[in-house]
Amino acid sequence: MQTSFINIENIRNDFPILKRKVHKDKPLVYLDNAATTQKPIQVIDAISNYYLTYNSNIHRAVHELAEEATLAYEATRDKVAKFINAKNREEIVFVRGTTEAINLVAYAWGRQNVNKDDIIVTTEYEHHSNIVPWQLLAKEKGAKLEYIGVGDNGELILDHLDKYLQTGKVKIVAFSQMSNVLGTITNSEEIVKRCKKYGVRVLIDGAQSVPHLKVDLQKLDCDFFAFSAHKMLGPTGVGILWARKELLQDMVPFNGGGDMIREVHKYETTWNDLPYKFEAGTPNIADVIGFAAAIDYLDRIGMDKVREHEMELTKYALDKLSQMKGIILYGPKDITKRGGVISFNLGDIHPHDLATIIDEDGIAIRSGHHCAQVLMERLDVSATSRASFYIYNTKEEVDVFIKSLNRAKELFKI
Amino acid sequence: MSSADIYREIILDYYRNPRNYGKITDPDIAQRDSNPLCGDELEMHLNIKDDKVADVKFTGKGCAISQASASMLTELIMGKDFEYVKKLTKEDILDNLGLHDLGPARIKCALLSLKVLKSGLYSYLVDKLQDTASADKIKEEASGLY
Repeated sequence: MQTSFINIENIRNDFPILKRKVHKDKPLVYLDNAATTQKPIQVIDAISNYYLTYNSNIHRAVHELAEEATLAYEATRDKVAKFINAKNREEIVFVRGTTEAINLVAYAWGRQNVNKDDIIVTTEYEHHSNIVPWQLLAKEKGAKLEYIGVGDNGELILDHLDKYLQTGKVKIVAFSQMSNVLGTITNSEEIVKRCKKYGVRVLIDGAQSVPHLKVDLQKLDCDFFAFSAHKMLGPTGVGILWARKELLQDMVPFNGGGDMIREVHKYETTWNDLPYKFEAGTPNIADVIGFAAAIDYLDRIGMDKVREHEMELTKYALDKLSQMKGIILYGPKDITKRGGVISFNLGDIHPHDLATIIDEDGIAIRSGHHCAQVLMERLDVSATSRASFYIYNTKEEVDVFIKSLNRAKELFKI
Repeated sequence: MSSADIYREIILDYYRNPRNYGKITDPDIAQRDSNPLCGDELEMHLNIKDDKVADVKFTGKGCAISQASASMLTELIMGKDFEYVKKLTKEDILDNLGLHDLGPARIKCALLSLKVLKSGLYSYLVDKLQDTASADKIKEEASGLY
């Protein structure tokens, strides 16, 4: 099967898991990509090759294996920098995931820069990982946490931002470049522009955007940027924090330990250079190396093609879904303003029941609050069902999905 | 079990027309819990008289399994004596629902109501009856449901 943009058949052949059956004989239709994506054989091979042929610790030993491992690990840093168009490789810090990256900023930057009565701004459509670290910081410092609201069109109400900025008390604005529930693509450049006028720092959560859109940090002009490898074909346990060099230099370390030091004496320590100051302990070497293969894979396809493919699939799915009786679709209607994430409710079928029913047909979707309970409150629902696409999904799979939804309607007699 | 077996007429009926739905003013037992993974919420109110469940009501938001389970549990314990409620097991609940072999994720939906009931009972035993001996056993049992 082929869309006009990419050769899906070739791509699908690279993903061994897509050949498996679930519930005995049902082909797997994997539509839970906003949670985590599947991994191509190239990524699996890169990890296994490291363990099979050059497993060793990095940065200190002088033997050949260590040199190979260090080179491969550091090569990923260069690839990441290029992929998101970062100016300096030392601005790329490897962490466990987006959650850890945001916590690192809230801890290491926030504690030094946010004080009593300051304001931290986030949005109503954030993942819990971009809310809870700020709540912790606000509580500790006696600062205030404020939210940019979400309009009925699924987009942020930027007037709210202006209102907070005008107080002169905002220290940082943290928001997601793409909502993991609504799929809304945030008007990030506009937010950054407004914040810059007031000298306010900006953190962007790119967990949902980097896997699906071309991201250019030079254009975005933010101060902190976080994303995860596992949502873009890479392994779990690897995340990226990018931050401006001058900010990283002034920040205190997040974790203390090996590799992050220059000299350790009994009572004081000097820090290693960037980015190693923030990479204490033996890192996730194998998975960082695997992540490089994921970036190569996406680069070969081209992020523009990824986006075009997903737009076509999303449009196809939305057209079909919107014709279903009893369906409520969340998020922007304008396909250019959203990614390949579709949240919905169908009649009075609770999302967990729906997910259970269509799982029987081999379809994996997500149901629940999607770690976005603030948004659930805003939408006045306790949960939604969510289908999310990636490069290996096909229109035929969307058809199977729609057919299965109709079966659920029959079971629930609606 | 297949979803055709799960979402039988009776489960859907209890989901859409829950019996004993609502709140009791000034109840002897009021207990609330939620499933952190999926956000299902449940609150149970009970009145106790002469060591019997004189009245029981519930409110909640969640899937058909969790809501039907709660509603059917209220019917099961209405008018029953305390000892009966103490002895209820998860097998009793699943039997009552006619649901067996639920997966590990969905079984939590079915047992949320029993967890709320047992936790409420525990508080009642400790606070009002000072019966810590049997209370501890119930607390252990309730925490083992998840």
